[in-house]
Amino acid sequence: MEYVLQLEHITKAYRHHLAVDQVSFQVPKQSIFGLLGPNGAGKTSLIRIITTITRADSGRVILNGQPLNSKHPTQIGYMPEERGLYKKMKVGDHLLYLAQLKGLSKSEAKHRIQGWLEKFSIEDWWNKKIEELSKGMQQKIQFISTVVHRPQLLILDEPFSGLDPINTNIIKEEIELLRQEGASIIFSTHRMEQVEEICEHIVLINQGRNILEGRVQEVREQFKENQFDIRFAGTLSDRLRDQLHILDEKPNALTLQVDSNTDPNQLLHQLMQGGLSILGFQEILPTLNQIFIQQVEHQTPLV
Amino acid sequence: MKKLGLIIRREYLSRVTKRSFILATLLTPLAIILFMVIVGLIFSYQGDDVQKVAIINEAQLTLKPADLNGNQNLQLEIVDQDLETLRAQFEELDYNGILVIPAVKNIYAGSHTLYYYSEKNPTLSVETDLKRIVDKRLRDYKIAALQIEERQLKALDTKVDLDPEPIAAEEDSGSKITNVVGAGIGGFMGFFMYMAVFIYGMMVMRSVMEEKTNRIVEVMISSVKPFELMMGKIIGVGAVGLTQLTVWALLIPILSFLANLFFGFDMSGGGPDPTAAMAEIDADAEEMQSMMVQMANEVQNIPWLRIIPLFLFYFLGGYFLYASLFAAIGSAMGDDYGESQALTIPITIPVILAFYIMFVTLENPNSSLAIFSSIFPLFSPIVMPARLAFDPPIWQTIVSVLVLAGSSVFFIWLSGRIYRVGILLYGKKVTLRELGRWIFSNQ
Repeated sequence: MEYVLQLEHITKAYRHHLAVDQVSFQVPKQSIFGLLGPNGAGKTSLIRIITTITRADSGRVILNGQPLNSKHPTQIGYMPEERGLYKKMKVGDHLLYLAQLKGLSKSEAKHRIQGWLEKFSIEDWWNKKIEELSKGMQQKIQFISTVVHRPQLLILDEPFSGLDPINTNIIKEEIELLRQEGASIIFSTHRMEQVEEICEHIVLINQGRNILEGRVQEVREQFKENQFDIRFAGTLSDRLRDQLHILDEKPNALTLQVDSNTDPNQLLHQLMQGGLSILGFQEILPTLNQIFIQQVEHQTPLV
Repeated sequence: MKKLGLIIRREYLSRVTKRSFILATLLTPLAIILFMVIVGLIFSYQGDDVQKVAIINEAQLTLKPADLNGNQNLQLEIVDQDLETLRAQFEELDYNGILVIPAVKNIYAGSHTLYYYSEKNPTLSVETDLKRIVDKRLRDYKIAALQIEERQLKALDTKVDLDPEPIAAEEDSGSKITNVVGAGIGGFMGFFMYMAVFIYGMMVMRSVMEEKTNRIVEVMISSVKPFELMMGKIIGVGAVGLTQLTVWALLIPILSFLANLFFGFDMSGGGPDPTAAMAEIDADAEEMQSMMVQMANEVQNIPWLRIIPLFLFYFLGGYFLYASLFAAIGSAMGDDYGESQALTIPITIPVILAFYIMFVTLENPNSSLAIFSSIFPLFSPIVMPARLAFDPPIWQTIVSVLVLAGSSVFFIWLSGRIYRVGILLYGKKVTLRELGRWIFSNQ
């Protein structure tokens, strides 16, 4: 697999604590990658290293096959969690300014910005001041400023906070479009349901260390507890009931615990033979949320 | 470099196009001129009521018509009645007061007391005017009585001048007026530097703070280096300062010239009652004029070609030095301006000290304090411009320029180190010691 970004044993210490401790992971090209972790885990420190804002004490960052250098910022788009814009500037001027700082020529920048404003049907905002916009609207502008130079690596820290569901969807679609056009996206958030929905790969950071990494599906498989949800018609006979390890029983629904070596087909066969008409059969995979909480609590001694 | 240009452009344009900036730039000269006009009017205000004073001239002084009616606010009238009658009829006679000039009994007496009768005590200006007139005529009277000549008296008053001359014969260092002119120009320059450092340095600091509390800074430094951002801001604000000062330098003389034309009085704050004063210094007028010419010559003789570039250098050097320090402090400040204000004290103290030293320097431009302060880089941007008009020794100028240039670069570097840590740090109260530690941390 080709990687847009490779982190090798990144370590960063501040005076009183170790913010990042030997973190390594790879971000595949054209993927959406979830960078997860509780507050203070070291995500921001890591992002700041990737965006060349700070330097790692040791370790290597490789972007598109090259060690991170001063030309790379133009290939990265970063939307920090704590965002801001110059309140007194006009929307158009502001976007133009940030785009030019990312290396676009003025005419090119203007052209692209107009394209984005049209896309969001806000063409007439060019001369509006930032401070006249609502918070959600400012966020849209911030998003445009992050992607206008067509970065190969897009780092979005909580990109949906403060957005209403409609705008969340618009931005989500745009992120997906950018991915299809070739961008790779690092997506940092606490909202696990969004990660499950959007990301293909994740890495979980806690206390500066990389504690979990992989494809979302694989991670969930890895933490599965061999449980199945079954919806059925008919009556559950006592004989069948004795054969099963039932965790939860509702009218016409069961949650079963099986051994790790149980074949799902066999289970299904057993149920059907027991006289049940199976309407639904699904393995329960833990949500990322559960995995996240479990892993973090497991690692962090509760005080 | 291209990015730095973009940042400078934005910092400059975003300020210069602000309505508040345009108003301040245009209205400040107007306000200054207006202030001077009002001060001028206040000084030339002479009271609107006419004081009529009856004079009982027992001393038989010769009072001239100009003495009696020369002042529009004071009308004198020599009367023949005696004091008793006048006092009895005071109500009907419509005088504001009665002045009794007793006869001169002893021609050698050093003092002479006049008596003034009135319902209210005389105002200060009436009192001074009466005393001045009587003093002058009493003198005439005594000169006549003693049979001496005015000429002889004048010969007794010798004005002693001291004209500083250099040991080396060929160069002329000018006269004592050089000192006056030099102090004037130097004081103006020093004061100007002091204002510039404070106004524009603070502007840089506030702007850095704003960027930090706005959280725009993190977006910015994912595109540009913190140092570029800081330098762009400092240069941009510096250009704003130069723009504003240029506008003021053009507008103030033009406006004061116009004001002079319309109001027709001396903008240098002419003394009280210029008409009467003129008559008094009648004899000195010639000397005055020659002094003015000399002054103008001195102004011309000042080596402007050397002073102006040097002045610009000190402006830039001082500005960069202090603005970068202010930027560093701004980066360390949290959202709470008041709480962090203590951090600015270490910067404001040298500026204020330099300002006071400048005044001492003006009186004594070659003292060792002056020499030290014009080399010490935290003082020299304010003190040295004040000394420039006094033609300081060339080695001092060179050392001072070199030290300031070097320290500016050093302080910019130092501030850059602090800035890059400070702007990313939130929600922590920062001490000066911590700032020092940032310099050596590797970010």
